[in-house]
Amino acid sequence: MLIPFFFKLREAGVPVSITEFLALLEALEARLANASAEDFYYLSRACMVKDERHFDRFDRAFAAHFKGAEELFDSMMKQIPEDWLRRMGERNLSDEEKAKIEALGGWDKLIETLKKRLEEQKERHEGGNKWIGTRGTSPFGAYGYNPEGIRIGQDGSRNRRAVKVWDQREYQNLADNVELGTRNIKVALRKLRKFAREGVADHLDLDDTISSTARNAGLLDLKFVPERHNAIKILLFLDVGGSMDDHVKVCEELFSAARTEFKHLEYFYFHNFVYESVWKDNRRRHREKTSTMDVMRTYGHDYKLIFVGDATMSPYEIVQPGGSVEHWNEEAGAVWIKRLLKTWPHHVWLNPEPQQRWEYTPSVQITRELVEDRMFPLTLAGLDQAIKALH
Amino acid sequence: MTSRFAGTDSYVATEDLMMAVNAAVTLGRPLLVKGEPGTGKTQLAEEVAASLQRPLYRWHIKSTTKAQQGLYEYDAVSRLRDSQLGEAKVHDIGNYIVKGRMWEAFESDVQPVLLVDEIDKADIEFPNDLLHELDRMEFYVYETRQWVKAHHRPIIIITSNNEKELPDAFLRRCFFHYIRFPDEATMTRIVQVHYPTLKKELLAEALGAFFKLRETPGLKKKPSTSELLDWIKLIVAEDIPPEALRTDDPKKSIPPLYGALLKNEQDVHLFEQLVFLNRRRQ
Repeated sequence: MLIPFFFKLREAGVPVSITEFLALLEALEARLANASAEDFYYLSRACMVKDERHFDRFDRAFAAHFKGAEELFDSMMKQIPEDWLRRMGERNLSDEEKAKIEALGGWDKLIETLKKRLEEQKERHEGGNKWIGTRGTSPFGAYGYNPEGIRIGQDGSRNRRAVKVWDQREYQNLADNVELGTRNIKVALRKLRKFAREGVADHLDLDDTISSTARNAGLLDLKFVPERHNAIKILLFLDVGGSMDDHVKVCEELFSAARTEFKHLEYFYFHNFVYESVWKDNRRRHREKTSTMDVMRTYGHDYKLIFVGDATMSPYEIVQPGGSVEHWNEEAGAVWIKRLLKTWPHHVWLNPEPQQRWEYTPSVQITRELVEDRMFPLTLAGLDQAIKALH
Repeated sequence: MTSRFAGTDSYVATEDLMMAVNAAVTLGRPLLVKGEPGTGKTQLAEEVAASLQRPLYRWHIKSTTKAQQGLYEYDAVSRLRDSQLGEAKVHDIGNYIVKGRMWEAFESDVQPVLLVDEIDKADIEFPNDLLHELDRMEFYVYETRQWVKAHHRPIIIITSNNEKELPDAFLRRCFFHYIRFPDEATMTRIVQVHYPTLKKELLAEALGAFFKLRETPGLKKKPSTSELLDWIKLIVAEDIPPEALRTDDPKKSIPPLYGALLKNEQDVHLFEQLVFLNRRRQ
């Protein structure tokens, strides 16, 4: 029973290894979990999951695997929290909304749909889709509550709390595909940080000098090291305005995190797509522009180029000369981006739009092809992949 | 020899936390604890040591801490000085080996608790350098050519604030627990443990105000358990009546002494603005 569970966990994307599985067996042998489903759940989680981001995946795999098998444990799984849901709904919904639910076939139907929806989401997730759970599923969202918001076990009844802790999915917002804060971004960006000692040996290495002198029985032995530099240089191109307004907060956070992480960081703004000029100060964007050519001449090939933009626009803005919404561009955006990519071969495009929407937007498809498929979602997981691609 | 950890008079442990601690104690593996700042990660080690009646060794990690420092350090500088002064003890290198926290814990006569606090502060390679020591509970001192072995496998509790990701090889050797932010029921128990004489009414109002404040959108640092406890201490000291904490009264909608809850200038500012807006709407 446990071996298939182990493989199910791996399938669900929880990185468990044999060592951890053996640890669980050892713990079971030591009788740490006394035949209660809940104990077993806590124990297996402590043994096999090492990151709170994976708690949600674990919960779902656990629920799927032990579904129907709970009777094996000494517990009381009969009560499915439907009556609870109903109460929750009655408390929170207005009469008008209740009427709407009735129109949809009543509570039973709605709960049925909710369950189905949760199942669907799980499957989609296992298929590698990153964005589940961030938005409420529609019929539920419309009524002002979504599966994410459901909290089972609030009224303190022991029975209900014991029932399926793993089904509550309380760790959903810790999953790495949802939240992106400054701190998270910093952690991700740090992977890109590569300290290297470059240049001439010109700094006195005090520690090494002292220890070599001491080892040398007191005869002075001077040691030098080269100065330490952050070897990574970043060039950030940020899309502003228009459809990007929705993503301003995320971009700001990315930017502030990036700024503290890198010594060599240059940034420029563009609108929708890059053309012959970019700018540094968004308030004075019409007066103070920098020619893209100048940028290309100024920063060396060793810079790594990161675009941040939703690439959502009319395809003409990319492929047609004069396609820009703001001005007359002599050459098409596609020509310009090819030039940029040639200048800086290490490049990625970060897209704050949810990944599953990309394929419905032609301009995103075009951009993806132009950047050689190095477009990644602006999530922690996406950032990780992007940073790998930059190396 | 090992007894079970079940929380203490001053520390409320949830069931999953107890399970994780007991698993780590029974199997002699390190327990890695993560969670929001102020949810009692460091406190946990102290409480485990107290409840199992074991000595506690604390090793606080800084950005400059090296793994080697937890084992031992060779004090080459004093040896150099002594050699210049021509002291006799300079000939025995053992005189200049300074024991680290881990070595001390290894030498304890009863099974000790070793707290490795904020491991994520150190260099990325730090946990990797301790793999063997955590596994086998032994290390080799090159200078004196001796093996140091633990008399009793210490109970190791490691805390992390998630500033850096820890290497897989290291994680595989640990049990893991994430301290969730307590829900209202647990929080009530926590406060009662700390202030048993607190009036029910006051507690309910304080918790209400606290959870409401935590829900304020856009806060940079949400107040956590330790801040709540400080705040209640102040309220008790100032003898503030429960009515003053009721936040639905528009005139008093800023909870008194909120400086104990909000530690960030921008957060205070944001909060005041929100309150101001609310008032105008009413």
